[in-house]
Amino acid sequence: MTRIQLVKRAPLTGWYRVLLPVLAVVTTLVLSAIPILIAGGNLWQSYYYLFYGALGTRFNLLETFVKASPLIFTGLAVAFAFRAKFWNIGAEGQLAAGAIVATWIGISGGGAPAIVLLPAIMIGGFLAGGAWAAVPALLKTKLNVDDVVSTLLLNFVILHIMGALLFGPLQKEGASWPISEEIVEAARYPILLARSRFHLGIPLAFVAILVIWFINSKTVFGYRSRAVGVNIRAARYGGINTTSVILRTALISGGLAGLAGVGEVAAIQYHLLSDLSPGYGYTGIVIAMLGNLHPVGVGLAAIFFSIINVGSQTMSRMTGVPSYISGVIEGMALIVMLIFLLMNEYKVRVVRK
Amino acid sequence: MPAKTPVNDTPVIEMRGITKRFLDNVANDQIDFTLRAGEICALLGENGAGKTTLMNILFGYYSFDEGSIAIRGEEVALASPKDAIANGIGMIHQHFTLVPTQTVLENIVIGTKDEKRFFLNLKGAHKKLLDIQEQFGLHVDPDARVWTLSIGQQQKVEILKALYRNSSVLIMDEPTAVLAPQETVDLFKTLRVLAEQGRSVIFISHKLHEVMEISDRVVVLRNGRVVNQKRTADTDVKELANMMVGREVLERIERKAVEPGEPVLEISDLTVLNDKGLEAVKKFSLTVRRGEILGIAGVSGNGQTELCEVLFGVRNVETGTVRIGGEPLRLGHPLSSVRSGLARIPEDRIYMGLLMDMTVEDNLQLENHWTERFAKNGLRRFDEIAANSQTLITDYSIKTDGKDAPAKSLSGGNLQKVILARELSSEPEVVLASQPTRGLDVGATEYIRQRMVEEKVRGAGVVLVSDDLDEVMGLSDRIIVMYEGEIMGEVVGSGADREQIGLWMTGVGS
Repeated sequence: MTRIQLVKRAPLTGWYRVLLPVLAVVTTLVLSAIPILIAGGNLWQSYYYLFYGALGTRFNLLETFVKASPLIFTGLAVAFAFRAKFWNIGAEGQLAAGAIVATWIGISGGGAPAIVLLPAIMIGGFLAGGAWAAVPALLKTKLNVDDVVSTLLLNFVILHIMGALLFGPLQKEGASWPISEEIVEAARYPILLARSRFHLGIPLAFVAILVIWFINSKTVFGYRSRAVGVNIRAARYGGINTTSVILRTALISGGLAGLAGVGEVAAIQYHLLSDLSPGYGYTGIVIAMLGNLHPVGVGLAAIFFSIINVGSQTMSRMTGVPSYISGVIEGMALIVMLIFLLMNEYKVRVVRK
Repeated sequence: MPAKTPVNDTPVIEMRGITKRFLDNVANDQIDFTLRAGEICALLGENGAGKTTLMNILFGYYSFDEGSIAIRGEEVALASPKDAIANGIGMIHQHFTLVPTQTVLENIVIGTKDEKRFFLNLKGAHKKLLDIQEQFGLHVDPDARVWTLSIGQQQKVEILKALYRNSSVLIMDEPTAVLAPQETVDLFKTLRVLAEQGRSVIFISHKLHEVMEISDRVVVLRNGRVVNQKRTADTDVKELANMMVGREVLERIERKAVEPGEPVLEISDLTVLNDKGLEAVKKFSLTVRRGEILGIAGVSGNGQTELCEVLFGVRNVETGTVRIGGEPLRLGHPLSSVRSGLARIPEDRIYMGLLMDMTVEDNLQLENHWTERFAKNGLRRFDEIAANSQTLITDYSIKTDGKDAPAKSLSGGNLQKVILARELSSEPEVVLASQPTRGLDVGATEYIRQRMVEEKVRGAGVVLVSDDLDEVMGLSDRIIVMYEGEIMGEVVGSGADREQIGLWMTGVGS
């Protein structure tokens, strides 16, 4: 009889940790050959168009960044929360909260100039997302309600609130479907590069990566949130106000997700609609894991997902492999990464009897 | 090679040339170990000497790089604890592996053949268990829920679990670390019965007196090697201690007389509830002065833990006040305890005192990362922090790969030194040490006791809570005995009468 066992071992450190996600991506691409072949695609051609479609032309390259921006925000949101073991599964809902408030400010902003309106929608969206995340954080710290459940379920609550608003006060006059008025010109993210959709939200996302990295590694708060995540009992014993740490973590996490919503409204759609996000909040969880909860890792993972997403369109057009393959590749990336993380702490032993 | 032994005298266990490496670290180096039927063999060594590694290999947790294991003369491959159990080996860990909400019987049956059908065969199991209880004189109510049992009884359940699986060899990892003196006596009785009936016991311990009392043979490990083995009758405590640490150990720390100063810790009328809502500490009052070590003795579970938790700031009180250096302490607020000039050395150092998944430096910073010295405008001052870490690692001779090594890579003794460094470097007014040497090796124990005396000489009031009566008697200037949340008796340290203290501990007043 042959058995396979997992045996704990000393986790590898240093360069291997950096290499881990890279190895995971390479492995994913190798494994993805199987569904591509099943779908009848020519392997080299498919991969060529996958990457050409995402990076090959100026427009496509910039479009990849456009797609990456909301994913960076939601990925950071999840990674920041997970580090303090606040299990925020609710980035999708916090994104919606941010989008609602951004739209509201953007519509009612009237004649205010961009210098006022742009910060206003960003701050408003950030606070809205943060407030929506603070609800489960309060439930967790005050009433001991499980955060996985409450953050997840609140997604559906906010989506229904958004639906009600879109059929009510926010609905465009004369429209019969759920869509809002367009936000005013001055509230829109400026396009930074001509002949593209490369907008203000993209550099903003990279600034967010830096800010989160800075908070995590340089500040007292970063130390405290890590301590809370590692051992909340010891953190409390050490005099850290764990309730405050969790609440602030939730506020920043939800705020980042809210900024993803702001970007979608202010740079892409210009109005609120019910299918604003194709699940960016949930994809953010995958990206946070793939990025090993490190802000730079999150950035790279978001760009990788974006490449797959954008590139699969071209691949589909040129080779007939359905663009749904992007979902398969993304799912595979997560599973491979989780296995790699596991293998970092365990090794496989095959026992023959 | 040892001479060939007659067939009827085949060792139950024969481990030969066992070598185990963790990355670059050799945990076990060419270890030979044999065990005969009916033998109680003590495995003695400091933390990190390789005892637990060797036993984890025997129990199938770890593979080994070189060597072989034979059980009853037959070479075996132990790929998992399942294989070890099938070969009649049982292991009883320091931390029990019982399900608290289930009954004793259910806990025992779990994972055995009797459980592997859809319905439990509890009736048959019940009878089998009673037979075993009868045979070994181990009486625990099979229908009691495990959480209602004392630690000593839970340990009996663990032993019964192993016997139910027909173990002929019991590995016991520091079985007395969690027991009260009376429970230890009971355990030793049980172990002797087991040995009489032909079962063998491997007894892992640091406690030399216990090793002398219970074992037939002692195997001493140091740095992953067997340094010596002897029949217990042919050796003594001093010699064992020498073999263990490789140098002469001071059996007793010099007490050093200091004239006690003014009161520095004043506890009055403290009443505290435990987790079950029962009064654990009752109208407790105590004054500790500068320059004295006050020892709190008592069987564990008599309110010492709750009393310490109140001072640590992690447990609320019903009534009462605490003053440190004359200032009232805000109770139930850990940060106030941190700032009060109290050094806190907690009993549960791994789960309460340390951040095992963070670095040594992060652990040194737990209580002062926010102070002006180490942070400015919310930003951490890494130059200051690094310099401080280096100083503390040197001053407290913490053995580590560096300040950025993960805490979990340190041995128990060095983890405790991390806590000492963190707590004592600020020159506290009061030092509260709860079970400071529990589970530590001789070297670390000696170091920590020495530090307690130094703190006293410096002028701090030191409170030492310990289950180890020798420790309390050896260090304290004054001893109180706690029993059911109250002070049962008080005695001056130098005149302490062991028997009197023992009586107080069991609730017999004078």
